[in-house]
Amino acid sequence: MEQNDNGKLFKLIHLDVPLLLGLLAVSGLGMIVLYSAGQQNMDLVLGQGMRLGLGFVIMLALAQAPPRYFRLWSPWIYLAGIALLLAVMAVGDISKGAQRWLDLGVIRFQPSEIMKLAVPMMMGWFFAEKPLPPRWLHLLGGVLITAIPFVLIAEQPDLGTALVVGSAGAFALFLAGLSWIIMFGLALLLGAAIPLFWTFIMHDYQRQRVLTFLNPESDPLGTGYHIIQSKIAIGSGGIYGRGWLNGTQSHLDFLPEGSTDFIFAAFSEEFGLVGACLLLALYFFIIARSLYMAAGAPDTYTRLLAGSLTLIFFLYAFVNSGMVSGLLPVVGLPLPLFSYGGTSLVTIMAGFGILMSVYSHRRTPTR
Amino acid sequence: MSLEEWLNRPPGMDLLVREKDNTAESELFFRRALVLLSIVLAGFLAVASRLVYLQVLHHERFTTLSENNRVRLQPLPPTRGFIFDRNGVLLADNLTSYHLEITREQVQDLDATMMELRERIELTDADIERFHKLVRRSPPYAGVPLRFRLTDEEIARLAIDLYRLPGVEIKADLTRHYPLEALGVHILGYVGRIDESELSHIDPGQYSGSTHIGKVGVERFYEDVLRGRTGWQQVETNAEGRPLRILSRTPPVPGQHVYLTVDMRLQAVAEKALDGYNGVVVALDPRNGEVLALASQPTYDPNPFVNGIDFASYRKLNTSKDRPLLNRALRGVYPPGSTIKPLMALAGLEYGVVNRHSGVYCPGFYRLPGSSHRFRDWKRSGHGSVGMDRAIAQSCDVYFYDLAFNLGIDRLHEFLDQFSFGRQTGIDLSGEKSGLLPSQEWKRRMHKHGWFAGDTLSVGIGQGYFLTTPLQLAHATAVISQKGVDFKPRVLLATEDPGTRIKTLEPPHQLPPVKVKNAQFWDTIIAGMIHVIEGGTAYRIGIGAKYRIAGKTGTAQVFTLGQREKYNARQLPKHLLDHALFVAFAPTDDPRIAVAVIAEHGGGGSKTAAPIARKVMDAWLLSKYDDTSIAPGSLPASDDGLHGTE
Repeated sequence: MEQNDNGKLFKLIHLDVPLLLGLLAVSGLGMIVLYSAGQQNMDLVLGQGMRLGLGFVIMLALAQAPPRYFRLWSPWIYLAGIALLLAVMAVGDISKGAQRWLDLGVIRFQPSEIMKLAVPMMMGWFFAEKPLPPRWLHLLGGVLITAIPFVLIAEQPDLGTALVVGSAGAFALFLAGLSWIIMFGLALLLGAAIPLFWTFIMHDYQRQRVLTFLNPESDPLGTGYHIIQSKIAIGSGGIYGRGWLNGTQSHLDFLPEGSTDFIFAAFSEEFGLVGACLLLALYFFIIARSLYMAAGAPDTYTRLLAGSLTLIFFLYAFVNSGMVSGLLPVVGLPLPLFSYGGTSLVTIMAGFGILMSVYSHRRTPTR
Repeated sequence: MSLEEWLNRPPGMDLLVREKDNTAESELFFRRALVLLSIVLAGFLAVASRLVYLQVLHHERFTTLSENNRVRLQPLPPTRGFIFDRNGVLLADNLTSYHLEITREQVQDLDATMMELRERIELTDADIERFHKLVRRSPPYAGVPLRFRLTDEEIARLAIDLYRLPGVEIKADLTRHYPLEALGVHILGYVGRIDESELSHIDPGQYSGSTHIGKVGVERFYEDVLRGRTGWQQVETNAEGRPLRILSRTPPVPGQHVYLTVDMRLQAVAEKALDGYNGVVVALDPRNGEVLALASQPTYDPNPFVNGIDFASYRKLNTSKDRPLLNRALRGVYPPGSTIKPLMALAGLEYGVVNRHSGVYCPGFYRLPGSSHRFRDWKRSGHGSVGMDRAIAQSCDVYFYDLAFNLGIDRLHEFLDQFSFGRQTGIDLSGEKSGLLPSQEWKRRMHKHGWFAGDTLSVGIGQGYFLTTPLQLAHATAVISQKGVDFKPRVLLATEDPGTRIKTLEPPHQLPPVKVKNAQFWDTIIAGMIHVIEGGTAYRIGIGAKYRIAGKTGTAQVFTLGQREKYNARQLPKHLLDHALFVAFAPTDDPRIAVAVIAEHGGGGSKTAAPIARKVMDAWLLSKYDDTSIAPGSLPASDDGLHGTE
């Protein structure tokens, strides 16, 4: 009976218990790892705790809102995001050699973060009343909705976020049932665009990253250093790891960015293959649960929104773990719920909030 | 079909314009979501298999790389052993010298600190330039030397204010030091900084962390004994290379102390006795081969070589006509001159070409049968009728021309070879030369023509192609004094473990003895040598001697006189004067010292070389040392037999 009461309570506050448990498990593990990877700096852990707390509060808040409000606001959020991106281009701060931040006096934030939510929302909004699979004209609209922020963000340059935003759009199109033939054609087109992209869009340091990815040992003290040290950290962890607080690569500063982008390496060093696979399993569980929830959504808008938000989360987890283990080139994406800091944490939690809202309001269509 | 119709057509599908069908779309979404879930699974499986690759298949490699990252091996260079003479007089030790070091990361304002330091000690522009160069190359936590060899006064002035200067430190290091300076330098040698050519043949592990290596003399020959063994510590470092903690430590094994057979008091006497002559005194204990003194003049101070002698001083030493860097005892080659005659006589007796009664008439010259060429005797008027004894005592050349002619070069070579002529004596000092004991085979090889009888005559009086080192002469004299018992000359008396103070005595190295058919042959030539002193060419040094000496004078020609020319010392420039030679041993009934003396351009052996030998023998046998400053030293040898040769 008590179980039931609890179930009712969570239903009342619009939270999905399995997903919540998955998120809490990953976040809790992340805090434990961060304590070690951050040289046992309690301030770091507390700061991350605050940020996670804020993320969960935002998630909880968004879960309460009925999805039709998201739908109503979608085009405006999207347009505001585009406007902010243009503003950043004009007046943005230059941080780490890239224009990403908009300083609003009180807070600095990255408008590109908004687009991670706005593009799935806009895609859902755009296809909501259109028959699926999409028609040519509608396909063009979807592509434009995705391509405009993608180019703006890539120009900042922030390849990681551009990748996320672009993929969000692509996932939405895929979930909208775009025919395999078209997708194959688009993929070919994209492949053909890569040389153009390489020449005109990508900056030198990004090209360098890709080149270094292809052969990290070519630059062992420069860009290749990160990935070499990261592989050493992971590899030396072995099956069971060196144990918590015993990772030498992270504790002796050999592993760069050990508590942020490369925290997966610090984790794998101390917890080994077993720990790393457990984490991957947790991520898979979260994604599977989220997709299940998306599939249960009542209409096109909510399905596409929930589905592409889920895949954004997957993209983060996959690209980061792939990059840190040397499977993918170095792209500055954090490991979601694990890496210290970053506004992306708040964005991701907001995404889960929307997902929870969609699922808990599945009996009420958005129109 | 209008454009609008075409655009509204679902791609890849039929031309039917469908209305929105939520159920169908929901099913479509579900299928697509399943596809994506499989892609997600595939993605994570790809990462997982990458992890298996890194953490299982290549685990060991990455563990090694990780350890290499974190663990540094630091060499711990050993302390070099000291060198003492036979009485424990300290000859080489390690002095603490002080230098000023600055640790960059602890200094807030480097310029201000420099100003402060400049007020207290002298800093040259070169010091500062070198410092800045080193700072750029060093990590911020490493101390960088600013000034070397601080004086006591400078240390005192700095010490007061050091607490106000964070990051400034006075550091101590050990520098090899030779307290007796030039005395005995040709035995001791010196250490110097390891140079390129040495890097190729030393064990890099043993020498990592070391900057110095023995260059010449005992320092070089006993490098392995003196050096000790390098220790190691494993240090955990962070990514900047800053040492965090010591993981394990193998302490270095300090080098052994070395006691030499040399008596520095005797060495001082010998070096002083040469008195202005470039030349050599080698004194051996004939009973065991111990080198008692090995003086080669001129000498030099080895101390500046330790940390790199300046170029001008080195050039001066290296280009000096007197060649102070040359160890003449081992590396100087001289014709033995008449000092070889007792051995020639012995060879004559051994092969039966003479006996001690047979005589020769000396008209002042010698002619080979059927030749008009006159081989001159040093005494123009001739010695008249001479037997062996008088031939040695008066150094009659004609007697030995005849003897050598009758022996022939082959037998001569065979016999003298037993005394280590023409090959190294095997002394434990590096760089010894072989000299040259000529043979027919050698001349054919080197000069492409045959051996002449005249060549034999020259060799018979120690001239011609015959070349010896002073050490070979002293060694041969020692063998005569022992009537054939032969010891390899050596300078190592004992080694001492610096920790336990346990000494290990070096045993004498006996060589195969020189055997003659009749032991009385030895007595015959020794009698001749005694008569050199007692009424012979060196009669003057016999005057007032409290022991009996056996010796032989010699003169080595620096240039060859023409057939009609007359040697006139007064008319010749000094560098063309003959070398004066003298070999001797004493006392004759129980020989305890064998000496070879060469005074370059000293003229006659009896006049110049013999008195030097007498001084040395007096000092050793009667303990007459004029330099009282070389007292048996701060670390006296224990009394387990290191002193006593008397």
